[in-house]
Amino acid sequence: MFPSQFTYHRAASVAEAVELLNGNEGAKLLAGGHSLLPMMKLRLASPPTLVDIGQVAELKGVSADGDGVRIGALTTHAEIAGSALVQERAPVLAEAASRVGDPAVRNRGTIGGNVAHGDPQSDLPTVLTALGATINAAGQNGERGIAAADFFTGLLENALDDGEIVTSVSVPGVASGAGTAYVKFSHPASRYSVVGAAAIVSVANGVCSSASVVVGGVESTPTRAASVEAALAGSGVGADALAAAASAVSGDFQGDAMGDVYASSEYRQAMAGVYVRRALEAAVARGG
Amino acid sequence: MTTRSFGSGIRRREDPRLITGKAPYTDDIKLPGMVHAAILRSPHAHANIKSIDTSAAASQPGVVAVYTGADTDGVLAGMPCAWLIPGSDLKTPEHPAIAKDRVRYVGDAVAVVVAGTRYEAEDALEHIEVEYETLGVVINPKAAAQPGAAQLHDDVENNIAFTWAVAGGDADAAFAAADVTVSDTITLPRLIANPMEPRSAVASYMAAMGELTLWSTSQNPHIARFLTSVVTGVPEHKIRVIAPEVGGGFGSKIPYYPDEAITAFCAMKLGVPVKWTETRSENYLATTQGRDHVEEVEMAATSDGTITGLRTTVYAGMGAYLSTAAPGVPTILHGLMYSGAYNIPNISGTIYGVFNNGTPVDAYRGAGRPEATTLIERLVDLTAAALDMDPAEFRRKNLIPKFENGHDVATGIIYDSGDYELTLNTCLANADYEGLRAAQAAARAEGRLVGIGMATWVEICGLGPSQVAGAVGFQGGLWESAIVRFHPTGKVNVMVGSSPHGQGEETTFAQIVSEELGVPVEDVEIIHGDTDNTPMGWGTYGSRTTVVSGGAIAFASRKIKEKSKELAAHLLEAAVEDIEYDDGRFFVRGSDDQAKTIQDIALMANVAWSMPEGMEPGLEASAFYDPPNFTYPFGTHLAVVEVNAETGHIDLQNYWAVDDCGVQINPMIVEGQVHGGVVQGVGPALWEGVVYDDNGQPLTGTMQDYALPRADLLPDINVASTTTPSPHHPLGLKGVGEAGTIAATPTVYNAVMDALRPLGVNRVDMPLTPEKVWRAINDAKNGG
Repeated sequence: MFPSQFTYHRAASVAEAVELLNGNEGAKLLAGGHSLLPMMKLRLASPPTLVDIGQVAELKGVSADGDGVRIGALTTHAEIAGSALVQERAPVLAEAASRVGDPAVRNRGTIGGNVAHGDPQSDLPTVLTALGATINAAGQNGERGIAAADFFTGLLENALDDGEIVTSVSVPGVASGAGTAYVKFSHPASRYSVVGAAAIVSVANGVCSSASVVVGGVESTPTRAASVEAALAGSGVGADALAAAASAVSGDFQGDAMGDVYASSEYRQAMAGVYVRRALEAAVARGG
Repeated sequence: MTTRSFGSGIRRREDPRLITGKAPYTDDIKLPGMVHAAILRSPHAHANIKSIDTSAAASQPGVVAVYTGADTDGVLAGMPCAWLIPGSDLKTPEHPAIAKDRVRYVGDAVAVVVAGTRYEAEDALEHIEVEYETLGVVINPKAAAQPGAAQLHDDVENNIAFTWAVAGGDADAAFAAADVTVSDTITLPRLIANPMEPRSAVASYMAAMGELTLWSTSQNPHIARFLTSVVTGVPEHKIRVIAPEVGGGFGSKIPYYPDEAITAFCAMKLGVPVKWTETRSENYLATTQGRDHVEEVEMAATSDGTITGLRTTVYAGMGAYLSTAAPGVPTILHGLMYSGAYNIPNISGTIYGVFNNGTPVDAYRGAGRPEATTLIERLVDLTAAALDMDPAEFRRKNLIPKFENGHDVATGIIYDSGDYELTLNTCLANADYEGLRAAQAAARAEGRLVGIGMATWVEICGLGPSQVAGAVGFQGGLWESAIVRFHPTGKVNVMVGSSPHGQGEETTFAQIVSEELGVPVEDVEIIHGDTDNTPMGWGTYGSRTTVVSGGAIAFASRKIKEKSKELAAHLLEAAVEDIEYDDGRFFVRGSDDQAKTIQDIALMANVAWSMPEGMEPGLEASAFYDPPNFTYPFGTHLAVVEVNAETGHIDLQNYWAVDDCGVQINPMIVEGQVHGGVVQGVGPALWEGVVYDDNGQPLTGTMQDYALPRADLLPDINVASTTTPSPHHPLGLKGVGEAGTIAATPTVYNAVMDALRPLGVNRVDMPLTPEKVWRAINDAKNGG
């Protein structure tokens, strides 16, 4: 576990980080280090330069943003899970953050590093997609926001331009009365989600008025369960209706379902139906 | 006020330095001028080496030297296999420390770089150019043994390293006459030992004196010295092996490894100290693994519920080469235990040790006995089911009745003592077995998959009589020795040849001296792990250290007691026959006020101002203890699981253990050993297992993929015990280090199979991952 030689820089500001990133060929940002450092120690990644943004104060913290929240890129999973503001306005994000990895990971890993790494078995991309969050980035050409649904573009790939860094994530508040849930099938070793399902469900007069349902862990990017959402629209929310809606998720996978030694693609897709149903049940139970 | 401490759960005195991180491990050793080695490992599971070019690596910054297998020609002997099973047609193909013309597993050493820092050495490794020609790969031990399979060693036909048979009675006749027979194929996955501390070695060679010092993460430094001598040619008396703190081994630090030989080789070539420390990734490739059995097994019984026969054909994966003790694990430590805790009059087993393109397999906690107990206990459950008998009742009917001094079983060994039914009854009572079955029936009526599993186990440990060791091909003895030395102040050093590494024997050994001689536990210091200041011993493994080293300490203490009586008699001007001893005091019978304490005696013996005629000064004794028999701990474990039919997830809900390890020196340490052992035994049932792809690439090469047990996946473990002393041991000890590991795998496996029984599912390969269970359930529902 000995990484190749690299040059280390510590940035004091976002501007300096952008400058260092653009001025050093192949440079990588170091935030919590929980994805990058293991890859470097295994020599799967050998960046010649690291730009440590761990001390950039402007990247830290959770603040109110309209009726939603703005979460600095360096905010740790533990901080998100424990944030009263997140718990109030986007409880499903707090719930997901509380289930990332283990306490050591949650205390070091950051939301910015998590989304930039874009592991398909990670929890936050699934939930941020369901919430309709925006990933805010800064680069040489200034700042821009990228919708979560557009941000994750492939296996460990994202919509950031070269030299662009994630500065924060804007999360809209969940509609009043909506119920939310994130449930996951944890890998027993890595604690990544073999399958993760996020659901945000509004119910009016016993009928589903809106639903956002996203599944992670099955495909290389979060899968919006459009068939499930369509089945729920105007549907009742009894156990049978939710089960029927959840079973529609099999139609939402585009044929690139992942599989590995622990869980085959067939199994992951079957489990997606189970976990979507559980997420819907929990969300409906919590709503109102 | 008594100083007696047997049966007292006093805290482990070694823990403060271990849990505060103050204790020195091998990797903490820093010597002046020390350089660092990194080892290039084969990326292929099987390939010819066409060429190696080290020139670019040699010119990298900081590089001191680069060596390949060719450099070791005539310098390093091959890696020795030290358990040569007689009558097994054993093949021991050459195992060079550094591969020369062929690699046989991913992780096989190909070259070594020595540099000023480990980083420089690792960087230079990437500049070694190796041209490989890949060859066919075999992984599954049974498939590897078939004609036409890829051959690992040119002179080992069908990859069969040895064929060993165990037989007693007439198994074929028993099966022919049986009312009921059941059969199964059981796969015990390949396991990674995962000690917290990876392996490490530091070698220093003083050419002027011809002396080699090796710091090593060894469970048995005296064996390491012996084998270092064999491999390097340095005479044994010029070698010092030091095992400082060793951070767990679980068997994986028994073997003598290529890496230690390579480190010594580099130090001898270069004349400066060399350190090599394994990375965790290397540990997953190059440290010996456990189990890897395919077991085809069957049991015969009569309609009244009497077991009449057991037959097995076992394919035991050996990996690419025979590791130090590997052949003994699936044979002596496995097949001889086929009777388990039962009267099984007719037994026949054939065990094939099979080379496959994986990391070498050797002893791993339990070593052979979990593999035996699992097949026996599974067959017992299957047979009970076939007879429509309750598995507890079926066990009770077939258990060997209580015996106190010797019981012969069909495999030819003699159990020391046992009361198996007592542990069964105790475990059933602790668990409220009838209540559990009632709850299970209610759950089943709701369609829930609740299972109850149990195992009544017995193991062979306390290895063992050296005469038997020799008879079964172990290339060494199995006795232990101890020196007990009293200082003038009455404080005591005990030097032992075994090498505890986390088991707590610095505490329990002191308790033995305290019990025997009445000195406070805190006045006794245990010295171990350094061949220069400890007497010879064969090491710490196989639940033998407390038993065998403890026996030596007891006998040495008793010699001191005898000498002390004579000296007390002299000082009290009494006849030695009139001296009595109690709790650290020697007194004249009937005159309790005329006494000398052991501390008085220690002072006088050391200053020697007034000694009996002819008595030597000093208060010190050494003893060599060669056990007259093995010891046979036993017990019953029981678990409750619920399986989620929708996902295949298994919830291990409750676990009860009742173990009998004979007399307990320290019940807290016993309980801790059972706890840890149970967890390690649940691992392969539910989570753990090395998986290779068809090319021999490990797919479980990191802790992100290889699922170790985690606290949040386990229930509280209810631990209880019974006490049946070993009749032949001076303290009645039996050993407990492996108990939980042996019992837990079949207990949990049986529980899950019991949960699935209403669906008609009878077998699923371990580990029982959710997908495998889900598929089995679906196949059963679909009429498969």
